[in-house]
Amino acid sequence: MAAPLTLLLILAVTIRAALYRSSLADLIAERVEVVSPLTAWKRVVEGLALLDLGVSPYAGDVFHETPLIIYLFHFLVDYAEITFMLADVITAVALYLAVKDYNKQVFRKQKYALEAERYPLDCLELIRSPKEMYYIPLKVAMFYLLNPFTILSCVAKSTCGLNNAVIALFILTTIKGNVLLSAIFLSLATYQSIYPLTLCAPALLYLTQRQYIPVNFRRFSFWWFVAQYAFMYLGSLFVMICLSFFLLGSWDYLPSVYGFILSVPDLTPNIGLFWYFFAEMFEHFRLFFLCVFQINIFFYTIPLSIKLKEHPVFLIFMQLAVISIFKSYPTVGDIALYLAFLPVWSHLHRFLRNIFLVSCVLLACSALFPVLWHLWIYAGSANSNFYYAITLLFNVAQILLVSDYFYAFLRREHHLSYGLYLKRKDGSEATLVLK
Amino acid sequence: MGLLSDPNRRRALISLLTRLNAPICVVCYMAGVVWFMGLAFEPFTLRTYMSENAMGSTMVEERFPSGERALATGREFAAHKKKVGGMPVDWLVKTMQARGLEVFTQTFSRTLPFPDENKERYMVKGTNVYGILRAPRAPRTEALVLSAPCTQGDHNNQAVGLLLGLAQYFRNQIYWAKDIIFLINEHDLIGMQAWLEGYHHTNTTGMDWSPLQGRGGSIQAALSLELSSDVITSMDLVLEGLNGQLPNLDLANLFYAFCQKIGVLCTIQGKLQRNDWDSVSGYSHSVQTMMLMVMKQASGRPWGDHGLFLRYHIEAATIKGINSFRQYKTDTNTIGRLLEGMYRKLNNLLERLHQSYFFYLMPSLSHFVSIGYYMPAFGLLAVILLLRALDLWVQLASPPPGTEDGVVDTEQMWSPDVLSVLTPLVISHLTGVALYYLPIHFQKMALEHFPVSDTEAVVLTAIAVYTAGLALPHNTHRFVSGEGTEHGWRVLKLVAVLYLAVLLGCTALINFSLGFILALTLVPVAAFVTPHVPKVPSAFVLVILSPACTLLFSVFFFQELQEVPISFQDGWVLYLSVISQGILDHSLYGSLVYPLIALLVYPCWLLFWNILFWE
Repeated sequence: MAAPLTLLLILAVTIRAALYRSSLADLIAERVEVVSPLTAWKRVVEGLALLDLGVSPYAGDVFHETPLIIYLFHFLVDYAEITFMLADVITAVALYLAVKDYNKQVFRKQKYALEAERYPLDCLELIRSPKEMYYIPLKVAMFYLLNPFTILSCVAKSTCGLNNAVIALFILTTIKGNVLLSAIFLSLATYQSIYPLTLCAPALLYLTQRQYIPVNFRRFSFWWFVAQYAFMYLGSLFVMICLSFFLLGSWDYLPSVYGFILSVPDLTPNIGLFWYFFAEMFEHFRLFFLCVFQINIFFYTIPLSIKLKEHPVFLIFMQLAVISIFKSYPTVGDIALYLAFLPVWSHLHRFLRNIFLVSCVLLACSALFPVLWHLWIYAGSANSNFYYAITLLFNVAQILLVSDYFYAFLRREHHLSYGLYLKRKDGSEATLVLK
Repeated sequence: MGLLSDPNRRRALISLLTRLNAPICVVCYMAGVVWFMGLAFEPFTLRTYMSENAMGSTMVEERFPSGERALATGREFAAHKKKVGGMPVDWLVKTMQARGLEVFTQTFSRTLPFPDENKERYMVKGTNVYGILRAPRAPRTEALVLSAPCTQGDHNNQAVGLLLGLAQYFRNQIYWAKDIIFLINEHDLIGMQAWLEGYHHTNTTGMDWSPLQGRGGSIQAALSLELSSDVITSMDLVLEGLNGQLPNLDLANLFYAFCQKIGVLCTIQGKLQRNDWDSVSGYSHSVQTMMLMVMKQASGRPWGDHGLFLRYHIEAATIKGINSFRQYKTDTNTIGRLLEGMYRKLNNLLERLHQSYFFYLMPSLSHFVSIGYYMPAFGLLAVILLLRALDLWVQLASPPPGTEDGVVDTEQMWSPDVLSVLTPLVISHLTGVALYYLPIHFQKMALEHFPVSDTEAVVLTAIAVYTAGLALPHNTHRFVSGEGTEHGWRVLKLVAVLYLAVLLGCTALINFSLGFILALTLVPVAAFVTPHVPKVPSAFVLVILSPACTLLFSVFFFQELQEVPISFQDGWVLYLSVISQGILDHSLYGSLVYPLIALLVYPCWLLFWNILFWE
C-alpha cells in the first residue's frame, strides 16, 4: 500500500508546485473563499515585516495568527511553499494511518460481534468485507490531497492547511491511543483556533473506550481519567500560551487572535454565515447574536456525544463538519478536512437520501461563488444579497450532507440490532422515518 | 422537510418524475420559450420610472443657444482633419484651450494579433485629446465624461463640433459640482481602452500608452456622442457594453425623460415605440426590438464607444443622432439642450447610480423586463437538465435487471468508469484549448501554405480545428477500457448534463442573452442524446444545434431582425468576419465570449457528441 500512497503524494506535490509557478497563484491568494482574515498569507507576511521592524505584529489590525505561527515562519519564510505542501502531506499521511488503524478496529469489533452472533441474520449484507475496506485509507488520502478545495487552500498559502495538519495529527494520536500526544495536539489545535475544543468529547470517549474504562459518571476511574486528560490538555495549553507571551513579551495577541475570532469584527465576505448577518444588524443586538452564533458551535457537542458515545470517530467527523460550517471565518480548506472522511463512511451509501441533490448544490455553488463575486465587486451589477444567497445555499447543502450521513449512520446501527427488513406489528413492511 | 425525509413520499415523487420525464421536459421547454416570447407583450412588462431621487425631483432648465456655432466648429474640425489626414491634435488642443479647459493628450499604439479587415487596421497608432472642466462648486472628487470618437472619413464631425460647443457653454455656467471631461478618442474603442486604462492605472490588455498627465475625480457616468449630420430626425440610445453588461436603467430613463421633455423622437435598437401593443404588428414590433437587444447582448461586444466604461463600474451609454427620411427634423440646438439637461441632472447625483436595475431587457424605450421576470424563462430550460440528471441518477442507482449483485460488483464497475469518463473529458477539453490557441498561433504557417488573407487564415483555422474536434474524440475510450458499457455512457452523460447546467447557469447570470440562446440550442441536445438513437439523423441534429451553427443562424436572424436580409453568400462572409471580430474583441478588449465558447461550451458539446457515438 505504500507505493500507491507515494505516487499519490508525488502527484499532489507536483500539482501544487506547478500551480505555485503559474500566474494563477496570485489570483487564488486573493479569493475570499480560500483565505480569511485569520489565515491569509498576505497578513502573515505583514506580521513578519512588523516583527522584523521591532514592532508588535499585532499593532494595527492586520495580523491575527498566533505567535507560534509567526515564529515558525520567521525561520521558514523562504521555504513557505514547501512548508505548506509538507503540511498537506502530513495531513494526508496522518489521516491515512489513522483510518487504517480505525478500520482494523472496526473489523475486529465486527468479527467479535459476528462470533457472538449478535447481528440479526438478515443483516449479513450490511457486514463490511475486508476487500471493500482495503482501499479506504488510500481513498481518504486521495480525497484530501486531490480535493480542489485543499489544492486552492495550499496554493493560496492559507495557514488553514497547518491547522488541518495539527487536527489530523490529533486524530492520528487519538486513534493510536496515545493520551499525552493526543492532549498536546488537541491543545495545539485549540491554541490555533479555539473551536477544536469541542473535539475533547470524542477524544475522551475514544480513549476511555480503548482503555476499557466505562463511561459512567459514578465511577472513580472515569473521573480520574478525565482529570488526567484535562490536566495534560490544560497544562500544554498553558505552556503554549506562556511560551507565546515570552516570545513576544506582551499579551497583545490574546485580544488580537481570540478576541478577533470570538467577536468577529472583520466582516469581509466569506463562505460562512456571520458576515452578512452582522453587517446588516443593528449595533445594540450585536452582542446577543454574537453569543447565539458562537454558542451554536459548541451547542451540538453534548447531544451528539450522548447519541454517538459508542462511535467517537464518527463524532469527530460530525464535530469537524459542525465547526467548519459554523465557525466565524470559514474557508474551503476547513471543508476539505471533513470531506476527506467521506470515504470512511462509504458503507453508508445505501442509506443516504439526498446525496445527489446535495452534491449538485455544492458543485453549483462552488462554481457560482466566483461568478457572483465578479458581478458584485467588479461589474457592480449584482449586490451582496446575490453572494450571500449562494453562501446560504452552500451552507444549507453542507448541513444536509452532514445530517444525511448522521441519519444513515444511525439507521445502519438500528438495522444491525433490529434486522434489515423491519416489520410492523401487523406484519407489513415498515419504513424508518426521521421526525 | 417532510418531502425530503419521508421515504414513501420521496419514492412517489421520484417515480413520478422518472416516469413522466420526457413529457415534463417537453412541457418545460415549451413553457420556457413561451415565457420568453411573452416578455415582449406590453401588459406583462413594467413601465420605466426614475428611481434615483437626485435626478427625479429636481428641475433643470436647458438653455444651450449656440448650435449653429457648434456646427461651424464641426466644419472647421472636418477641414483640419482632412488637411492633417487624421486627428488634428494641435488644432483640438488649441481650440479646447481657447474654451478654457485644461487640455492633455495621450498617445497610444497597439499591434493587433492579425489585421482587422472590417476596419482596415493592423498597427494602430493614435492620440486621445481630452480637456477637463474643473468643478467650481465642489471638491474635485467626482467627474462626468462626454466623449466623441474621431473617425476617418466624413463621420462624426458634428459630434466633435457639438462637444466643443457644449464645452464652451458649460465653462460659463457656475453650477458644476463634478469635473466634466471632454474626450475625443481616436481609433474608437482602442483609443477608449487606452484612455480608460491610463485613467485607472491598469493594464489588462498589454497595450502601449503614455500615462495621463491630468485627471479628474472618479468617473460617475459617461456618454458617448455620435452625430454625422447637421439636422437629425431621431436620437438612438445604445446600451449594450462589453460582455453584455448594461448600464443602470436610470441612465436610459434619464435619456427617455429628456427626449419626452424636449420633444425629440427617441429610439432604441433603431426602433420607435408604438402604442398599438394589442395588435399583432405592434407585438411583433416589440418582439423584434427585444430580440435585437438579446442578440446584441449575447454577442458580448461593445456596441458603442461607451462599452468599455462599464467594466470600470461607470454607467455609460452611446447616443446616436439618426437622420432618416422623416419630415420632422431636430436641429443641433435641441440636441445640445438635451445633453445639457442630462449633464445637469447627472451633476446632481449624490452617489453612483445604483437605485434602478442592472439586469433588464427592453422591448421598447418606455418598458423594461427585469431579471425577476426573465430568469424563469431560463430556469424552465435549465430545469430540464436537472430532470434528466435525476433520471440518469435513478437509473444508475437501481441495479441493472437480471443480476442480483451487492456491493462487490458495483465496486468493480465503478473503477473503469472513472477512466472512461475522464478520457473524453480530458480530450474534449484539449480540443477546446486547441481551438482557443491554434487560430492565432498558426496564422503564419497557414499563410505560407494556403493562398488566403490573414483574417481568413485565422478564421479558417478555427473552423478547421472545430470540425477536426468532431472526428477526434469519439471511440477513444475503447482503447482505454475496451468496450464501452451501458453504465459508462450513463455516467458520462450525467457528468455532461450537470456540467452543462452549471455552465449555462453561470453564463446566464453574467450575460442572460448568451446563456438563454445557448440553452435554447444545447438543452434539447443534452436531453435526447443517447447511443441508442438513430445515428445519422441525430448526428445531423447535433451538428445543426452546435455552437458554431447557432452562431451562423444568429447572423442570419440578426440581419432579418434589422430588416436587411442577406443572401447566403454574403451571410457566409459576414459569418467569417463575425468570428474574426470575436477573436479580436477577446484579444483587444478582453471580451469573454470567444474563450467561453472555445474552452467550455464547445468541449461540453463534444461530450454529447461522444455519447452519441458510444460503443
